Amino acid sequence: MTTDLFQYTVWIPILVFLSFLIVGLSGDKLSNKLAGSISTATISIGMILSYYTAYEYFLVHGNINGVYETLLPFNMEWLSFSDTLSINMGIYLDPISVMMLVVVTTISTMVHIYSFGYMEGEEGFNRFYSFLSLFSFSMLGLVVATNIFQMYVFWELVGVSSFLLIGYYYYKDSAVSASKKAFIVTRFADFFFLVGILILGYYTGTFDFIELTDSAGSAIGSFAGVSFLGIGALTWALTLIFIGGAGKSAMFPLHIWLPDAMEGPTPVSALIHAATMVVAGVYLVARLFVMFVLGSPEALEVVMWVGALSALFAALIAITQTDIKRVLAFSTMSQIGYMMLALGVSGYGGEDGLGYTASMFHLFTHAMFKALLFLGAGSIIHAVHSNEMGDMGNLRKHLPITHATFLIAALAISGIPVFSGFFSKDEILAAAYASNKIVFFIGWAVAGLTAFYMFRLYYSIFWNGEKAYEHTPHEAGPSMTFPLMFLAFMAAVAGFIPFSEFVSPDGLPYHAHFHWNIAIPSVLIAVAGIWVATMMYKNPSSKPDGVMAKIPLFYKWSHRKFYMDEVWVFFVHKIIFKLVAWPIAWFDKKVVDGSFDGMAWVTNKVSDKIKGFQSGQLQQYAVTMVMGLLGFALTLLYWMSK
Amino acid sequence: MEKFIFYFLAAAIIGFSVMTVTTRKILHAAVYLLFVLVATAFLYFLLNYNFLGAVQLTVYSGGIVILIVFAVLLTARVDQLLENVPLLKNIIAACASLLGAVITLYAFFTFQWQGSGIPEGAYDVEEIGLKLVSYGDGGYVLPFEVISILLLAAMIGAIMVAKNFRTDD
Amino acid sequence: MIEGIGVNDFLVVSTIMFFVGVYGFVVRKNLITMLMSVELILNAANINFVVFNKYLFPDMMQGYMFSLFVIGIAAAEAAVAIAIILNVYRNLKNINVEHLDTMKH
Repeated sequence: MTTDLFQYTVWIPILVFLSFLIVGLSGDKLSNKLAGSISTATISIGMILSYYTAYEYFLVHGNINGVYETLLPFNMEWLSFSDTLSINMGIYLDPISVMMLVVVTTISTMVHIYSFGYMEGEEGFNRFYSFLSLFSFSMLGLVVATNIFQMYVFWELVGVSSFLLIGYYYYKDSAVSASKKAFIVTRFADFFFLVGILILGYYTGTFDFIELTDSAGSAIGSFAGVSFLGIGALTWALTLIFIGGAGKSAMFPLHIWLPDAMEGPTPVSALIHAATMVVAGVYLVARLFVMFVLGSPEALEVVMWVGALSALFAALIAITQTDIKRVLAFSTMSQIGYMMLALGVSGYGGEDGLGYTASMFHLFTHAMFKALLFLGAGSIIHAVHSNEMGDMGNLRKHLPITHATFLIAALAISGIPVFSGFFSKDEILAAAYASNKIVFFIGWAVAGLTAFYMFRLYYSIFWNGEKAYEHTPHEAGPSMTFPLMFLAFMAAVAGFIPFSEFVSPDGLPYHAHFHWNIAIPSVLIAVAGIWVATMMYKNPSSKPDGVMAKIPLFYKWSHRKFYMDEVWVFFVHKIIFKLVAWPIAWFDKKVVDGSFDGMAWVTNKVSDKIKGFQSGQLQQYAVTMVMGLLGFALTLLYWMSK
Repeated sequence: MEKFIFYFLAAAIIGFSVMTVTTRKILHAAVYLLFVLVATAFLYFLLNYNFLGAVQLTVYSGGIVILIVFAVLLTARVDQLLENVPLLKNIIAACASLLGAVITLYAFFTFQWQGSGIPEGAYDVEEIGLKLVSYGDGGYVLPFEVISILLLAAMIGAIMVAKNFRTDD
Repeated sequence: MIEGIGVNDFLVVSTIMFFVGVYGFVVRKNLITMLMSVELILNAANINFVVFNKYLFPDMMQGYMFSLFVIGIAAAEAAVAIAIILNVYRNLKNINVEHLDTMKH
């Protein structure tokens, strides 16, 4: 059986989990080097195993009769509720989970290696590595989830490790509040996810992905005729689940946690908030894609519009941000919007499934170049000790490797031909063009904006005149430069992977051909964006200020992120706190506490009174006893005489 | 004649009992108690329970009352008067006692006493002594021994409690 | 057996004696007076034992024997009580029962 061949895959998450236990439980007993080495070694083994799995799956065994089978090499009953309802834990292998295994382990390994240099000498080095292992384990568990409940469990674990890592500098107030914000916002979204899961489980009677996403199966049909508020139950379930995914993937309007999450160490931003965790929402939608596309096109339309809106919105904000990590954060949000958009415009089967393929393709390439951008930013921050663009300039002289790799990544994300981003973005736009012209134009515009803000960032950092540095910035050691180079290589060549041969909604490979009519305008607008950025930012000039002065309102709104934080604060404080929380608190304080206080008060008073009987006065006792006896005798006599 | 003696003794018992609890001179109370106990002893003699009457006289009248008198002399002046009982308390206690007496007597008078009707056996000292130490049917050796241990314990306890320990505080 | 005197005549005496004892126990504050009241109560009970033995079950000696034991126990009780009273007097300088509530606190 092919299934048996893949049984070793269960060791990928388990090994990483063991590393978390060893490093986490030993505390400071292990030396930093040893702790880091254990973590890095386990994730590296995971990476090798993942590559081997991908090779075996895609090229040797997986393709049976032209279809990529879904394999369950490991599946055990974890929680048994009743004869019909139990929750399993297992390994689920299909094209996208194998691809995600590769992405997660690759980026995670690179980040592990990178952190050796970046986190050197930091307090809590071992803690950092144990959290990294926990995160990697959770993420691996998430991608190989066999059922939606397992996915939910690991989904929350991922959220916890994200919380822990954002709050890594727990002595900084900003980091603490950022971690809280990230946790609460994503948890808020996860509430909807859970409700969606329950609706889904209620109607279909199963949580297993195999049954849920069986295009010929009964799961989708089990919703027929059930509706609520005029909208079908399946649409409700999928939309609620999508809200959970949107929370994790920082889609508008639940994106507010992502920029603040940049308070975490930069390698963490690269791993969690750029490459892996934030695409979990995309992965979730892709995982349930069959349900979306066959069962509820309405929900898929929601996905599309949320994706398109987020992509545009984030790109507009990214233009004016000055903190380099925040620019990258908004860029991440924008690119994930792209992936959502691609899923939203996708159809099922053959060429129609291009959007799905493109989304996964973009997920893959984006993970590479965005992780590279973040690690590059980390390298820059490491060198100049600042996040602000204004403190940087002319760094290409000081940081040649970072410069080269960053440029590759910037070209890739801008969609310049040959680099990986070009291919995936081209497929997305082609899919959008075939499905919805408005969405296509949004995507097209975002491509230009992306090129513009990426090169604004690039020029501000690496050109634009020398700045006064405390000490001359210099390139970090090989542990930091090796991951940069590796990822740069991936970012450059990943686009040549024929993704449509491997990933499609129905598992049937097809051949995606190149769309010249899409590629030319998208390259043109990208080049235009780069050209404008070159004009404005290559050399120090007053041009940016001049442009800024012409569009003050836009600049201000964009710089303040369109006041989304303020809107949420208003919503939370004025509406949730005042209208919901306050009455609940009042009820809790006055009625619940009050009744318990009342009980205590009554007990107190009664005991006060009863205490009087226990006076220590012998004669009172005697009187009481005599009276009691008399009463007893009288009662007895009365009763006997009847 | 016996009937007359009984009424005399009954009147003495009731009268001295009441005086015991109502007099305000504590030494007088002890003496009245002595009279009550002696009268009770005579009641036993009247019933032809001579040994019991003798025990009553020696232990109760002779022992316990003397003990009480000693205690009185050790803890109070002879001419000291006991406090007046507050009226309300007096009324309540009297009513309760009266009520209790009425209930009890009512119960006694409405109850049909059924005796065994078998004539009286020997009640001389020899018989009593044999009964006290016999362990067969109708023997009282167990309560006898228990009482002896109790008396020993009471004696030791009384000595320990009453002994004047030097406390350094 | 006394001619013309029944069980109830004795019981009237013992009952009155008993409740006089109860009355004394309740109203008197002096510990020794209370002890005397207790002796009255015990004595009343004793008379009942004796009378029941004499009038109802003359062939058995249970009431008789119990009277003996009660007298013995009364002696022991009086001895211990007086020892305690003396100790109380030594500590509190009086033997008023109302002051005997220190153990409550």
